[in-house]
This record gives sequence, C-alpha cells and structure tokens, in this order.
Amino acid sequence: MTMVQALNAGLRAAMGADPAVMILGEDVGRLGGVFRVTDGLQAEFGEDRVLDTPLSESGIVGTAIGLAMRGYRPVCEIQFDGFVFPAFNQLVSQLAKLRYRSAGALSLPVTVRIPFGGGIGAVEHHSESPEAYFAHTAGLRVVACSNPQDAYVMVQQSIAGDDPVIFLEPKRRYWEKAPVDRAAAADPLHAARVARAGTDVTVVAYGPMVRTCLDAAAVAEGEGMSLAVIDLRTLSPLDLQPVLDSVRSTGRLVVVHEAPSNCSLSAEIAAQVTEEAFFSLAAPVLRVTGYDIPYPPSRFEAAYLPDLDRILDAVDRSRAY
Amino acid sequence: MTVILPAPRGSLGTGTGLLWLRDMLRIRRFEETCAQLYSETKIRGFLHLYIGEEAVAVGTMEALTPDDSVVATYREHGQALLRGIPMKVILAEFYGRAEGCCRGRGGSMHLFDRTRRFFGGNGIVAAGLPVAVGLALAERMQSGGPGRFGDPGHVGDNVVACYFGDGAVAEGEFHESVNLAALWRLPVVFFCENNQYAMGTALARSHSQTNLAIKAASYEVPAWQVDGMDVEAVASAAARAVEAVRNGAGPHFLELLTYRFRAHSMYDPDRYRDKGEIERWRARDPISILADRLREAGALDDAGMRGIEDDVAAEIAAAVAFAEAGQPESVADLTRFVTSEGGQP
Ligand SMILES: Cc1ncc(C[n+]2csc(CCOP(=O)(O)OP(=O)(O)O)c2C)c(N)n1
Ligand SMILES: [Mg+2]
Repeated sequence: MTMVQALNAGLRAAMGADPAVMILGEDVGRLGGVFRVTDGLQAEFGEDRVLDTPLSESGIVGTAIGLAMRGYRPVCEIQFDGFVFPAFNQLVSQLAKLRYRSAGALSLPVTVRIPFGGGIGAVEHHSESPEAYFAHTAGLRVVACSNPQDAYVMVQQSIAGDDPVIFLEPKRRYWEKAPVDRAAAADPLHAARVARAGTDVTVVAYGPMVRTCLDAAAVAEGEGMSLAVIDLRTLSPLDLQPVLDSVRSTGRLVVVHEAPSNCSLSAEIAAQVTEEAFFSLAAPVLRVTGYDIPYPPSRFEAAYLPDLDRILDAVDRSRAY
Repeated sequence: MTVILPAPRGSLGTGTGLLWLRDMLRIRRFEETCAQLYSETKIRGFLHLYIGEEAVAVGTMEALTPDDSVVATYREHGQALLRGIPMKVILAEFYGRAEGCCRGRGGSMHLFDRTRRFFGGNGIVAAGLPVAVGLALAERMQSGGPGRFGDPGHVGDNVVACYFGDGAVAEGEFHESVNLAALWRLPVVFFCENNQYAMGTALARSHSQTNLAIKAASYEVPAWQVDGMDVEAVASAAARAVEAVRNGAGPHFLELLTYRFRAHSMYDPDRYRDKGEIERWRARDPISILADRLREAGALDDAGMRGIEDDVAAEIAAAVAFAEAGQPESVADLTRFVTSEGGQP
C-alpha cells in the first residue's frame, strides 16, 4: 500500500483501539484531507471524533491541548509544513512546556502530523522542512517516517505515547508503495534503524531522503562501493547508537537532509558523532542538505534538493580524505 | 440574536455579601503581603497584582462549581485562591518551593491544580483561550458529542471559565477561539478583565473598537459589559451567563470593566497613567463599595470588619511561615518532567 494508505490504516487502527483518539484539522473530515490521509475516517468514526476546523492553526493545537488535559488523545493535522508556524506559539510555548511547568501534573498526548519536505513541485510554504525548530524544543518528541510500514506503526505509537509528538510525513513519498505487515513486531518509536548494511561509508538520513540514499547506495554498489544507510526515524530524542556503531567500522559519515544546513539536525549529528567517535573518524563528517535560502520556486527544486549526484559526490569526498 | 445589555443588579444577600467581602480581602491582603515579600526578594521572577480587580474574580467564580474548569492569565492569584488552592501552597509556589502547587516550577504566573480543574495561569497573552476551547470541547464530547450540547432540554453541563485581559483581545488567538467556541456552541464563558491597560498601553491605543463586547458579539456570542468594581453586578451577570452556557446556549462573553490600582507588575514604574485617573478609580474600590453596602444594610460593623481582617491576617501569617520553611526543588530534579517518565512505546 502507499504511505497515505498506511497512515490512514494506522489512524483507523488507533481510533478503533481507543475512543479517546480524535482527529482535528482543516478539511480532514468531509474532504478526507488534502493528501487524503484521513479519507473515510469521519464517515466511520463520526463528526465528533474527526473534526473539521476552520483555518485556525493556533486554535487547532490549543484545542488539542485542552482536550488532552481532559484525557483525550488528539491528532492534529497541519495541512502543509509552512502552515505550522501560526501554531508555533501553542506548540513551543504551551504544548512542549506544560508538563514541565506543572511539574508532571499535566500529560499531553497530542500528535501533530505535518506533511513536510519538497519534491512535489510545490512552492515555498508547501515544501519546507521545519524539523529543527521542534527538535530544538525540549518537551516535544519529533519523528519522521520514511516508508509505509513505519508510517503505519509509528503513527500509532505516537498516538499511544503520553507526550506530544511532532510527526513528520515525507509528502513526496506519500504515493510510493510497499507492503505493510500489520502483525509485524514493531521497533520502538525512538530507535534508528540500519536500512542497508555497508562497510565503506555511513550515510544517515530520515524521512524523504532515506529513499534517495538507498538509491545512491544501489548506484554506489555498481561502482564497487558499499554504503551503509541508516534511517534515523527519530529526530528528538536522537538515537545515534546505530550511527556510531556503523561509523566505528566505516570511519566515514555523510548526513543528508532537505532542510538547510545552518543549525540543522546534521549539525547536531556531526557534533555528537565527533564527540563520541572522534578517533574512529577517517574524514570529517560531511553534509548534503538544502541550501541556506528560502525554499525556491518549483522550477529550481531539482537544484535545491539533495540528489544521487550530490550524495555520491559527498561519499567520494569523504573517501578521498 | 445577539444582545448587548447592561448587567442587571441583583439583591444582596448579606451572608453571601460577607463571604464576598472576606474573599476580596483575602486576595487584597495576600497580594499586599506578596508585594512586600517581593521587595524583600523572597519572591523572585515576575509578580502581577490583581489589587483593584478583586470583584471580578469573586463575582464570576461564585457562579462556578468544582466540576467546572478555569483557565486564567499571569494575573491569576485571585482565581487560584478562590478555586481553593491553599494560600500557603500558592505562596510556596511564589517562593519557588517544592511544596508549591507546581513544585516551584510555575511561579506566580503559572499556578496549576489539575484536581481542582485549575488549568493554569499563562505567561503568554491570549494563549489560554484556545486551551479553554479544547477543555470545553472535551466537556461537550463527554456530554455526547456535537449536536448534543445545546439540544433542547440538555442542561447542567460543566462550563469552562476563561479569563484574559483587554490586551488579549487584540491577539489573533482571541478571535480564533471565540469563533471556534461559537461555531461549535461550546460551554465557555469568556471573562474579559478590561482594566483599561495592556501594560502601558491604554485601551484606545490598542483597539479601534474600544467596546470589546461588540467584538465578541460579532461572532454571534451574547456579550455584555459589566461594572467590574461592583461585585454584586459581576455576580449577577456571571450567574446569568454561566447558567445560559450550562444549559446549552453556547459561549457567552462578559467584559468586566475594572482597573488595577497598582502597576502592571513589580517592575513597572507606572508612568503612563494620570494620577487623577487612578484616584477616580480608587474612589470606586470594590471592597469599599461592598463594605459600605453591608454596613448600610446593618450586616457589618467595625468589629465585624476587624474579625475578617484578623482571620485573613492569620491565614497569611501561616502561609508565610509555610513558604519560609519550604525547600527548593533540587537542581538535579530540573531534568524531570520534560517528558513522561514512563517513556514512549
Ligand atoms: C504574546 C505576548 N506578548 C506580549 C507579552 C508581554 N505582556 C505581558 S502582560 C502584557 C499586557 C497584557 O494586557 P492585558 O491582556 O490587558 O492584561 P492585564 O495585564 O492588563 O491584566 C504584555 C504586553 C506577553 N506576555 N505575551
Ligand atoms: Mg489589561
């Protein structure tokens, strides 16, 4: 099934399992979501549990906070990445901090789903990668799925947990198909995973770039190079153990994401790997990222987004050290 | 249809009147002590006093039951006391003691007590309003989902009392929240504490329409202006609004016209208000208005007043002793409660 269908199935399972789960967002009900992730859920679970809201991002997240204070497990859909910023205040100043501020009295199991990243020919406000803002904020958990199986499992885990989760969905991968095994044993939500084993260079990515890195590894294999690809899955807290384990054998690390590099996840990963595995590194940690500019018009998307060439070039530079 | 009416005047039952007087004095004297403790640096951080506005909290909270929820602002000490959080626990919170209602984490702006359904002060202006909408949506869900709340004959729901200032009405979150509450017919009472200033900015310098009830009314929310210095007027308007909300009429909005006698916070030199203006409002001190009325009715004399003052002073002295004896949370504990301690699946 596609990632959209997997997310839909995951949400359906979560709603079926727990009557406290609700969905709120713009056009999530009757329309079924701009990307159809919530398709059919309002018909199945009713208008009270799948709530169409007006254009009020701050209101949506604040409402979810109030619901969570009274025992509900709301799932907010933010229609596109760039529309999360009107809700920033509620996310960062309220949702992230209320448990701390109340010394643990308040528990806020709110999941905020955000389709993120570029690659669909959209524009600024519709192609952004805002993950670093949230990973920077203590009190929020931040995860990104990269494939339908993870999408199905991780969305349910996010909803079932007792903390706020920023759940990032790589919208360019929404329509890619892969089998989903509903009965498969699940990895923990906050665990990175080796997506492909390899011995020469370690490549780390999350969300939309995992597929790109796997494609790069396939090309590299044809050229006689063995790339390890690690799917981070969790951005806050980070799980760098598989990365460190791999780097201790390859000695080389390339970090890939769509977001601009300045103060990004790759900056944090480079710092932590340097702190933890300095003597294993044979080359500096290299980064392949979006550029430090606002997301460009769609005709420049191919130039902006990391692709096979840029990733393989970084791999070559790492090996040349 | 939306109507904007002056609040009706109730008839003062003297028993209730004496309780109100006591509650207003508890807030007033407690905060006077806090101001003193602040200047002694016993209380640190910020401190926003409610002095002058006591009739608003006392009159409105009279209409609430323990099952109702309260969301307030950083100027929430009065509401917290009236909600039943013990004064000593509040003061310990101000002192940053582990014995405080948030282990000293919240401080004066962020008092919480989940069991009393007191969902906090808030240091961000207007940020509590969307949260109140969510709490009210939870009430409606528990009463049977959309369409159920507001059904004819559907009575007795819990309500959410949401307090905020005149300044908050200029924020987008006010407009989002009133719209959502009205759209979904949620059981929220919006209590706008219009003390004429947002920090140093007078109402007319913040709002193109200074009658804030009109703004709420534009969302099809019944909205009234009320004399916020007269606890009787406040109580009767609040009772009416809360009863309507409880019985499914959807959100209501009360604009409570009041004034803070002190500066915005302990840091504020208060240079933006005219002395004459302050004196005019002080002449309508809500405590004096009520006390005079009680004396006229023969329900209060000097001895009665002294008795109340003595009780309040004793409560404050005990609270100070409790806070003084408390201990701060250990530094090592500061990493606790960032996320749930059980972890994530
Ligand atoms: C979003 C936000 N902007 C600015 C401030 C700084 N600030 C704190 S209180 C205040 C005035 C608010 O006035 P009002 O809502 O009328 O409440 P009052 O203090 O008069 O009770 C301001 C500007 C803040 N805390 N939050
Ligand atoms: Mg004000």
